[in-house]
Amino acid sequence: MSTLEIKDLHVSIDTEQGTKEILKGVSLIIRTGETHAIMGPNGSGKSTLASTIAGHPRYNVTSGSITLDGENVLDMSVDERARAGLFLAMQYPVEVPGVSMTNFLRTAKTAIDGEAPKLRTWTKDVKAAMAQLRIDADFTQRNVNEGFSGGEKKRVEILQLELFKPKFAILDETDSGLDVDALKVVSEGVNRAHDEGNMGTLLITHYTRILRYIKPDFVHVFVEGKIVDQGGAELADRLEDEGYDRYAPGAGVAVAPAAAAE
Amino acid sequence: MTEITEEKARIGAPSQPFINGFTEEGENLSPINTSESKAPLAGEAVKAHSHGGGVGIPDSSRAGRLTSYKLADFAPLTGMEEDWRFTPLKRLRGLHSDVLKGTAPAVDITAPEGIIVETVGRDDARIGSAAIPEDRVSANAWENFSEATVITVPEEHQATGEIMVSIEGSGLEASAQHFVIIAKRFSKAVVVLDHRGTAVVAENVEILVEDGAQLTVISLQEWTDDSVHASSQQAKLSRDAKFKHIVVSLGGDLVRLTPSARFSGPGAEAELFGLYYADAGQHLEQRLFVDHAVPNCKSNVLYKGALQGRNAHAVWVGDVLIRKEAEGTDTYEANRNLVLTDGARADSVPNLEIETGLIAGAGHASATGRFDDEHLFYLMARGIPEKVARRLVVRGFLNEIISQIKVPALEERLTEAVERELAASEN
Repeated sequence: MSTLEIKDLHVSIDTEQGTKEILKGVSLIIRTGETHAIMGPNGSGKSTLASTIAGHPRYNVTSGSITLDGENVLDMSVDERARAGLFLAMQYPVEVPGVSMTNFLRTAKTAIDGEAPKLRTWTKDVKAAMAQLRIDADFTQRNVNEGFSGGEKKRVEILQLELFKPKFAILDETDSGLDVDALKVVSEGVNRAHDEGNMGTLLITHYTRILRYIKPDFVHVFVEGKIVDQGGAELADRLEDEGYDRYAPGAGVAVAPAAAAE
Repeated sequence: MTEITEEKARIGAPSQPFINGFTEEGENLSPINTSESKAPLAGEAVKAHSHGGGVGIPDSSRAGRLTSYKLADFAPLTGMEEDWRFTPLKRLRGLHSDVLKGTAPAVDITAPEGIIVETVGRDDARIGSAAIPEDRVSANAWENFSEATVITVPEEHQATGEIMVSIEGSGLEASAQHFVIIAKRFSKAVVVLDHRGTAVVAENVEILVEDGAQLTVISLQEWTDDSVHASSQQAKLSRDAKFKHIVVSLGGDLVRLTPSARFSGPGAEAELFGLYYADAGQHLEQRLFVDHAVPNCKSNVLYKGALQGRNAHAVWVGDVLIRKEAEGTDTYEANRNLVLTDGARADSVPNLEIETGLIAGAGHASATGRFDDEHLFYLMARGIPEKVARRLVVRGFLNEIISQIKVPALEERLTEAVERELAASEN
């Protein structure tokens, strides 16, 4: 049983116009076995939260903390965070020319586990996971994400999720740009990983569509760098009907932060 | 990923921050190339001396370049010439100005059965059969070499292994060297020019690929840090010939290669590949010329380079000319540079001249990118430590060229050499 705890997190970025605060005090606790959905309009800071947890150098944490089972995540380098059990499925996975998928997957698995995977079972695992996500076998010969379509890139992110078996998976708008079939395939992959029982999931999304396939235990509404509302799966249904307008400044709805979901 | 270099300064010429007429197109840079100039090599003089172009071809055309066996036909270099503007002449150690009377690097050839290897004098009829010097250093080498090595693959002979030509330098006195490689009709062979040791040498390599012959020439430069090497490697391709040329430049203070492929019969194919890895202070230059003078030939050029360290400088200039007669030509050239640290400089100039529209295809591309922080983030976010991530990327980047060599022992040796270069960047 693991716990990822985010406490009063403030994050800013450097822009040409100066420093801009994006996260203005975010607190969240995720435990193994839980699925949390973070929903919010564009520009609310959802993706910043994901990238900050993973340690992207663009984001500066000005105050607050992130801990994984009590260990200070903010003290860890990007690769250390991954080895500690955090996994970020990226919104826009980059193409890495010159590095084959086979080589990449094996190198990453070796780094995360601290030892090389047994060749025979590893090859079999990769093949099986690819088949379930309906990724063509010849992808292993291609360079990381090179020439993959948007949907293929997302599937390959989930392939990594299934193979690396993290303690916490952060899915940054994994559903965006997917057609219904791809969305189902990707969601099934996340559910398979989740059902093994050793993972907590933070699902960041703009739309409620993916929540038909991945059932959240908690839904947090993110507006202007803060969590302004939280609840169970039923909150997602309400967002589906009403949108985010009611949370807009001046909309007349109380937007005081709800109590932390503990 | 592509970055356009704003900086126009040339390494080696700090007092002269700009070069007149410097443009990304790389044409008409030097005043002596313009027709208004009264310089001895300009305007009409260029045409008069040209063996390829002649009347009606503008001076800016690659076809109009002076070619001659005589050193005296080439004016002393000033560094302003289009084809020398990137080269630090001071570091040429006299290859462009001195009589090359030093001892040429020792040649030792291991050849499989059936290959004819001869050492011949300057008067041998085969000398000059494939090449005419195109620049002053090449002409200087031509005037000064004392004996030439001629390697012949007999007609219809299929060589059973590669022809290893060890070229081992043992001193810094400026010297001249000459090779002639002839692949007779329908023969097949791989020749490896393995340049090592310490040398200051200007070299001419003439390559004749006769009808239907398949020849691969691999030129490896693993010189010591103080060596200087200028090499003109000119290939003449007959009907249906298949020629593959691979350059790997790793060691040397200044290495300047000018490979060319000239089509003289239809149906021929040329592939020109290159890999260079420039470290701090190294100048690695390659200037290519593919001359589509006849119809229905194919060419493909790919050079990839990695640069690291202060004043590491790589230059790639690729000239492809599709003459009016060369209908049905299919050509592509590309250069990719990966800049690994601050302080390195890559110049890349792809030139494509097309004189007929009746071609199958013609393309050129160039990209110079930094090792991207987003690549690094992606790999590290999967648990891969920074050092390992960098190695993964560089190894993968350069492996595309190494894998073209198809001589396992050589591929292994070069992979290890690249690993050593990579390890050096971590110090």
